[in-house]
Formats: sequence, C-alpha cells, structure tokens
Amino acid sequence: MTHRSDRLIDVRALARVEGEGAMHVRVRDGAVADVRLEIYEPPRFFEAFLRGRRHTEPPDITARICGICPVAYQMSACAAIEDACGAVVPPAVADLRRLLYCGEWIESHTLHIYLLHAPDFLGYAGALDLAKDRRDLVERGLALKKTGNDLVEVVGGRAIHPVNVRVGGFYRAPAPADLAPLRDRLRAALDQALATVRWVAGFDFPDFRHEHEMLALVDPGRYAIESGTVATTGGLAFGVQDFEDHVVEEHVPHSTALHARLAGRGRYLTGPAARYTLSRQWLSPLAREAAAEAGLGAECRNPYRSIVVRAVETVYAVEEAIRLIDRYEPPPAAAIDVPPRAGAGRGATEAPRGTLFHRYELDAAGLVTSARIVPPTAQNQAAVEHDLGRFVADRLDLPDDRLTAECEQAIRNYDPCISCATHFLDLRVDRG
Amino acid sequence: MTTLAVWKFASCDGCQLSLLDCEDELLAVAGRVRIAHFLEASRAVLPGPYDVSLVEGSITTPADAERIHAIRDASRVLITLGACATAGGIQALRNSADVAEYASAVYARPDYLDTLATSTPIAAHVDVDYELHGCPIDKGQLLETITALLAGRKPNLPAHSVCFDCKRRNNVCVVVARGEPCLGPVTRAGCGAICPAFGRGCFGCFGPAETPNGPAEADLLRAAGMSEDDIRRLYRTFTVSAFAEVAGDAS
Repeated sequence: MTHRSDRLIDVRALARVEGEGAMHVRVRDGAVADVRLEIYEPPRFFEAFLRGRRHTEPPDITARICGICPVAYQMSACAAIEDACGAVVPPAVADLRRLLYCGEWIESHTLHIYLLHAPDFLGYAGALDLAKDRRDLVERGLALKKTGNDLVEVVGGRAIHPVNVRVGGFYRAPAPADLAPLRDRLRAALDQALATVRWVAGFDFPDFRHEHEMLALVDPGRYAIESGTVATTGGLAFGVQDFEDHVVEEHVPHSTALHARLAGRGRYLTGPAARYTLSRQWLSPLAREAAAEAGLGAECRNPYRSIVVRAVETVYAVEEAIRLIDRYEPPPAAAIDVPPRAGAGRGATEAPRGTLFHRYELDAAGLVTSARIVPPTAQNQAAVEHDLGRFVADRLDLPDDRLTAECEQAIRNYDPCISCATHFLDLRVDRG
Repeated sequence: MTTLAVWKFASCDGCQLSLLDCEDELLAVAGRVRIAHFLEASRAVLPGPYDVSLVEGSITTPADAERIHAIRDASRVLITLGACATAGGIQALRNSADVAEYASAVYARPDYLDTLATSTPIAAHVDVDYELHGCPIDKGQLLETITALLAGRKPNLPAHSVCFDCKRRNNVCVVVARGEPCLGPVTRAGCGAICPAFGRGCFGCFGPAETPNGPAEADLLRAAGMSEDDIRRLYRTFTVSAFAEVAGDAS
C-alpha cells in the first residue's frame, strides 16, 4: 500500500480553505507524474454580468466574489474606476480606506492563523477541537478576530460585504467618538497579536524552500496595503496601469480558475511572504522586532512560515489602525464626486492573500463595457502546483491518509481563496 | 447531541463565515451541538443523518442539482442561508442572459466548464424548512435560529420591511430628508437598516418583504430621479428572481 510505485491520491474536498477545491496527484513508476489543484467551485461569471452596470456599482457587486475579503474587492474596484474617471481621492479619504483595510487584514489573517492553519501544526482537525484542550488560545484568536471585524463594521457598516464604501470614498465618515472605543480594543489586540507571533513562531516548520519570483505592491515609506506600484523579487517593476502587459492568464482544463503567469518569466507567488520579502523595511519597528524574534530573515521562502508572516502583518495592521485613529479628523466630505468618462482604468490593492488587480472599461454614459479581475489565488496556482509536486515527491513512502493530510496542510500555507479564484481543490493521488 | 452540518453551493463563503464570525458565541454553540460536517472549519467529517443542515449557495451545475437531494435526504431540518441559497444570488443574473456568451466572455475555454444555464434557489430543488435571507445573512438571525431549534421552538424571523427597523433605529429617512432612492419600503428587515444609518438608500440585499407594494415603490424611485434603466438595475442585483414580481418585470 505504502510502497506502490503507481498510485492516485485524491482529496475530493479540501477542508479549512475558503471555497471548494480538490487536489489530484498521479504517481507513475515511483515518480510524481502530475499534480493538479482542481478548482470546482462553480463559475459565477462576475466579469460577464458587470457589463452594462453603472460605474458606481462594481464595489458592491464585486464584494460578493468573496465573503472573507470583500474590502479588498471594494478597494481594488474603487481604485480602478477612479483611475478610469481621472479621480484622485483626498488623503483623508485614502487614510480612512487604509483603516478599513487594516480591519480586514486583522480579521482575515486571524481567521486563517487560528481557525484554518494552526490546527495542522498542532494535530487537530479544526480549531473547535483545539478549543477542547486549549480554550484560552482559541479565545485569544476569536477576540483578535472580533476586533478586526468590529473595525470593519464601524468604518464599513457591516463586517461581511460592507455597505459604506463608494466610488470616491464613503457614504458617511465615522465620527471620532465612533472610533475612540476601538482604540482601547486595538491596544488589547496589539498584545494578542504579539502573543500570536510568539505562539506560531514555536511551531515545527518542515524544511522547504521555493525559488519562485514573488510579486507584491510596494509603497516606499510604508507597508503597501491599499496603494502602490508593482515590484517582484526578480527586479521587475511596473505601474498598476501596465499590469496587463505583464500578468497574463490562461485557462487550464481542470479548473474554473484562470492561471496567471508573468509574461516572458513564468509562474510567481503573491501574498504575505511576497509582501514581507519586498517591504519588510517599511514595517513598524515593533512588527520588525517581532519578525526578527520569530526567526524571519530578509526574505520568506518557506511556505510553512507564511503563518508567521501573517501574524507579523497582523501586528502591523493593529498598530497602523491605532496610528490612523490617533490622527483621525473626519474629512470635509466623506466622498468626492466621480463623474464618469469613457475609457479604461486599472486598480490594484493588497488583499490579505495577495495582490488583487481589477480593470474596467466605461462608455461615455458611465456604463461598464468590460471588466477583468485577477485574484491572488489564480496568480498563485501554478506555483502552488509546482511546490506540491516537489512536496509529494519527497513523501511518496507515506500512506495515502497521511500524505493526504500533509498535502492539505501544504496547500493551506498559501491561504487559497477558492471562491475568489473561480474563475480552485478535491486531493486525488493516482498511484496507478 | 444535535448534529449540525454546513454545506456550500455556488456562493462567496460569506454566509457560513457568519457562523465563525459569532466570536462571542462560537465556542458555546460548539459545546451544544456536534458539528458533523463544516469543511470551512474542520477536516473531521461524520456520516449522516444530520439533525440540522445549513445550506449556503445556489444550484448552478448538474452535479450540484444531484448533491442537494442527497443532503435533503440526510437532513432532519434544512435551513437555507442567504441570497444565493434563498433566491439564486447575484449569479442568477445569468438566468435572463446567454450563458454560453457569459462563459466565453470570462473564460478562454468555455468547453472546460460544466455549468447550468440558470442559478436557482435551493427551494426550487428540495423542501426547505427555514430560510435566512440577506447578502450576507445577519449573524443575530443565525444565532436566533440555532438557539430556537435547540430549544425546540420556531425561530423568530421578521417578514416586515426595512422601514420598520429604520424607524426603530431613529434613522433620518433618506427618501424624505434627501430624496435618495431607497428599497427599504419593499425589502425584508433583518440587517438592522444599516444602509440608511450610513446615509445611503437600501439596495435590497435581503430580498422582498412579505407584502411589498411594487407600484408605489416605483413611483418613489422615479420621484428620486431614477430612470427606468436605473430602477431595473437596482432590482436586478443580489436577489434578482425574488424581486421580479415587485419590479414588475418577467426576469
């Protein structure tokens, strides 16, 4: 059973990922012949039905692509439409967007660390099982997550699919008194986030190093979240307006997701490890110190350590939210008027799981004539499949159930959001 | 102990995430039910039958149209969660479009896809015991429903309009005060009237209230300056099929 030279390992429904996917591994003559992440999340055709909608509608509509990172969709959509219309929001509105986005980073990273990923390292089926032995740990994670969600709720109106975001800014800017109670909660959250870094830094990380090019927004002077230009670890740099010249997508048979590659360069990875590697100098001193104590160096190329990077980024997001609240003054107007004009616009922001590109074309009446959305998981899929091939090749002597569990853990390293990628996973290892 | 299963069809994961977002109550709930199938939270899966199944998402593929029957057969009480499961969701915009053209607009190789021409609610396929509306659902309503079922009573789920909750919240009416278009008069309550609280008109993400007055709402939207196309777009978003009758079109 464990030493057959031909086999098929098949994980038909991956657990603790967002959305539905499968993994198939085919082994022939004792070697990995093929690894496929299958995205069977059904297609929902967002880019098709966005056509004919008003230029004001994509933030609310594209939020529905993903219940875990709706703010990312709203922010990339606003950026792209404002680019098409030649509008630039004032710094106070941009700061409020960054504050909202910090809330999403806190809740999404904490969800992934505590509820999706940590149980793998500790040998539990899920966080609710972990809570039976270590209720204190899970309660800490839930408290931290709640603070992130509450921040999204105060600024955005609702934790999932916020209602307060619009092209040009917000419907209503929060009053300083709305934010004041959050500041105390965020002080407590900072201690919880630092404790989280120390906790995950003690996990047992298998040796694994990838050599993929990594891509993220950079925003010199600060850690990129809601704005920036594109940079890679291979030295490529381009403006968001040129992303289509560099990011090319292809449709592969086993997936309702499109695979992205860098033109002339190939597969690449986006996400927390890419951001950390490209922008760690812009982390706050406390977050940098926490990263160093947790053993992160100048770059992060072991996907297992992405959980540490998420924890470090959570520290940063909490501190950044406190900083933004401390200097907050309500903008004179919560939004600027964005009259439509014919043309195309592009926007990119850093979703918790990586760079999210949007492009819209508008007609003179302000109706969307075409839309293109390139989510992080579609960008990562080729690199993840490549890593899984190497990972499985080193573990072919494991029995199927053990190999399956370890493959699932490896996949969760990349925090795939399958709902987003549909345009993602079930593990099937074919050992012949 | 009551067994609880969570199932996903075409959706964004946001409604099942609402359960994980009950940070203050999650561990207490987990202490009262046996979570038998909840892939977003655990890789441990127990075989059915299940006392309560929570179903998120709409039916959009031939395989899912089969799978929902197996879930119904294995479930004592089946509750649908959110706009996708109760009304087909935003992806039901395909129902009045050419789905082959939609597929070719998004995918280079539409022939790789296996999709139905329609996105339909769960109740179009199997009997549903309770429906929680909203895009996303309100987590308070989810907790009320789970609590009620554990106590052996019916959940208290309002069918009145957003207007009632808006008044109760002491919001300034965005229609009266600012002439904003608002679907509050015809939309089911449950969200807490958050859009008017943030100074925008309701966009109907909970679907229609029990007795909506479509013609009066149309007059109100026109008076707010909306064109017929704008009114059509407003109704044709998150619960397009549920609002068809209120909107007065055949979509």
